[in-house]
Amino acid sequence: MSSLARNSMSEVQQNDPTVTPLQPKKRPLLTRPRKAALLSLLFMGLGQFYNRQFLKGSIFIALEAYLLIFWTVPFQWAMWGLTTLGETPQRREGFEIIPGDHSIFLLIEGLLFFISFLLFLWFYYLNIRDAYKVAVKSEQGIKPNNAKEMLKNIWENGFPYLLLTPSVFFTAFLTMLPLLFGILIAFTNYSAPNHIPPKNLVDWVGFDTFVKLFQMKTWSATFYGVFSWTVIWAILATATTFFLGLIFAVLLNQKEIRFKKFWRSIFILPWAIPQFVSILIMRNIFNGQFGPLNRYLMELGITDSFIPWLSDPLWAKVTLVIVNMWFGFPFWMVLMSGVMTNIDKEMYEAAEVDGASSWQKFWKITLPLVMFSTAPLAIMSFATNFNNFNIIYLMTEGGPVNTNYAYAGSTDILISWIYKLTLDNSQFNIASAVSILIFIVIAIFSIWNFRRTRAFKEEDMMS
Amino acid sequence: MMSMKLQKRILQMIIYTILVITTIAVLYPVIWILTGSMNPGDSLFSTRIIPESLTFDHYIYLFKETDYLLWYKNTLKIAFWNMVLSTILVVTAAYAFSRFRFPGRRQGLMAMLVLQMFPGFMGMIAIYILLLQLNLLDNHWGLILVYAGGSIPFGAWLVKGYFDGLPRSLEEAAKIDGASHVKIFYKIMMPLSKPVLVFIAITNFIGPWMDFIFARLVLRSSENKTLAVGLFEMVTGRGNTEFTTFAAGAVLVAVPITILFFIFQDHLVEGLKAGANKG
Repeated sequence: MSSLARNSMSEVQQNDPTVTPLQPKKRPLLTRPRKAALLSLLFMGLGQFYNRQFLKGSIFIALEAYLLIFWTVPFQWAMWGLTTLGETPQRREGFEIIPGDHSIFLLIEGLLFFISFLLFLWFYYLNIRDAYKVAVKSEQGIKPNNAKEMLKNIWENGFPYLLLTPSVFFTAFLTMLPLLFGILIAFTNYSAPNHIPPKNLVDWVGFDTFVKLFQMKTWSATFYGVFSWTVIWAILATATTFFLGLIFAVLLNQKEIRFKKFWRSIFILPWAIPQFVSILIMRNIFNGQFGPLNRYLMELGITDSFIPWLSDPLWAKVTLVIVNMWFGFPFWMVLMSGVMTNIDKEMYEAAEVDGASSWQKFWKITLPLVMFSTAPLAIMSFATNFNNFNIIYLMTEGGPVNTNYAYAGSTDILISWIYKLTLDNSQFNIASAVSILIFIVIAIFSIWNFRRTRAFKEEDMMS
Repeated sequence: MMSMKLQKRILQMIIYTILVITTIAVLYPVIWILTGSMNPGDSLFSTRIIPESLTFDHYIYLFKETDYLLWYKNTLKIAFWNMVLSTILVVTAAYAFSRFRFPGRRQGLMAMLVLQMFPGFMGMIAIYILLLQLNLLDNHWGLILVYAGGSIPFGAWLVKGYFDGLPRSLEEAAKIDGASHVKIFYKIMMPLSKPVLVFIAITNFIGPWMDFIFARLVLRSSENKTLAVGLFEMVTGRGNTEFTTFAAGAVLVAVPITILFFIFQDHLVEGLKAGANKG
């Protein structure tokens, strides 16, 4: 076995809590490991010095000294900003504008400092743990690593961290920080017209935004209305595409049907064409005044007036579901055909011997198997449809106008409402509160879905 | 017996009728946009599915009078770099989570799982301000960074699941022979996981062509726009008088992406299935 492999093996053992040595009973309170840990708690790196790991110790000391000297004041300032969100509003003196505190920048800056501080605390904890562990080892007669061994050790055991660093960096700044910020906004009064920096300050308001969302008439009416349509939409959109896909998978699976490949490649087209393009095409086809659909219907004498496909609230909803069927069924069709061709032929043969009709074979064999293997995807698809911004916004832009709603149209779902609240109307706090609620819904579905799957049981993360 | 046969015939007729009607419904928008792009005249109202004459004027107009070519170039650039960056980030993270046991692993996996559930643009305001501060607003790199950051949680779970399914014996053998981590990764893991790598690369390449939300948030000026934003504005602005120009633009986007889809069709289906089961 190479030395590298042995090195990592011994590391595994050290990390295993069951292998920690039993402490003899009569011992002074301040054992060597405890002393080392205490020293490291006092100031980073002291414990490492005590363990005679000078390079590591000096790096740690230098790090803490650097942070203390250069970052204490900015940190205090950032925490002040985070808690107060600024105190001096922008003023005007004559024609001159004197800038005040910008609450939102203070919030983000404070958050950045806070996250860095947590990271630092974690590192500090590692430093204490390291001092303790090395001391324990040296008591057992294992010599502490010298500088060269340390670097080698970092390369070996630090490799996963090295791999993860870019991802962690990206996720922290582009996903986590914005999300935390988004969540915090819900607890402020950051909204037009009175609390938009740099002109005005923003304040923490606790749960007021949620109270407003549920109890103020205009907001709650919009919220309940939009929410119920979102749920109906997600169910309809998922169910219609699912069953249409099932029907076509079954039809194309019939022995008697010829040119299967031909039909299949045609039906797959709506999935293959970039969705935003086809949504925009559909928007034109269903155009009430100029669209070709109404023109044909009238020329054929089926209707004698324009059908308001996109301008009547109910018709617009129907249109959305129909158009979504067009996009959605190929995916399920392909998926289910795949499942059907994988079903063991012997099962059907056995059923035929028992005298089952093809109808019975479908209900008792095909359908249960297909349902079983596509159920997780159906749930995921519900979650996707719940947040299907593209189709709603590109098709109707949430319209037609609904005068009972605040900043939302009749076909707006929660996510497109948030978009309008944020980008067009600067109602950031309400938007953020609504997105927290969306998160709760989606999280419940995803966790429920996840717990049933194999990956999760393997990882044993929630049980 | 005769009636049985007749019944079967009728059933077949019904099935074929359904198939033909669906074919018409599926193909109609496709043909309509194709002929629409070659219709004389430029409004939606005057567009016919069988035009009186064909013209390529709209394509010429598209290239000469609008920023379409620029948008195309922008989208290609963003898509390409997003593909490269996202694939690297996702694969390295997935490899670390799948093959190493280290303190913080469980927490990391959990964090990604939770992050993946948040609606993508919940952090929109913060991203906007962040990019503004970094001077990356109305800049393609800003958008690429946002896309790549967003692709990590889902992608890493998916690829990790795939890696978990690969046997470890090969790597262990290589390790005993003294191969380094980097070498093991390139020589053993990469070739074995080609299907999932292709899936990740393709989805990240196609992503920017479809995205509307972030592109609109980040990119401001006309010469920086992507196709999705540009085409949307062509249809919504100015009362549908640019319909045929839009049609031409739509055709030029849809054709390559559709071809790409058909080439990688099997990978996409497999990837989505794996995504449902694992992450």
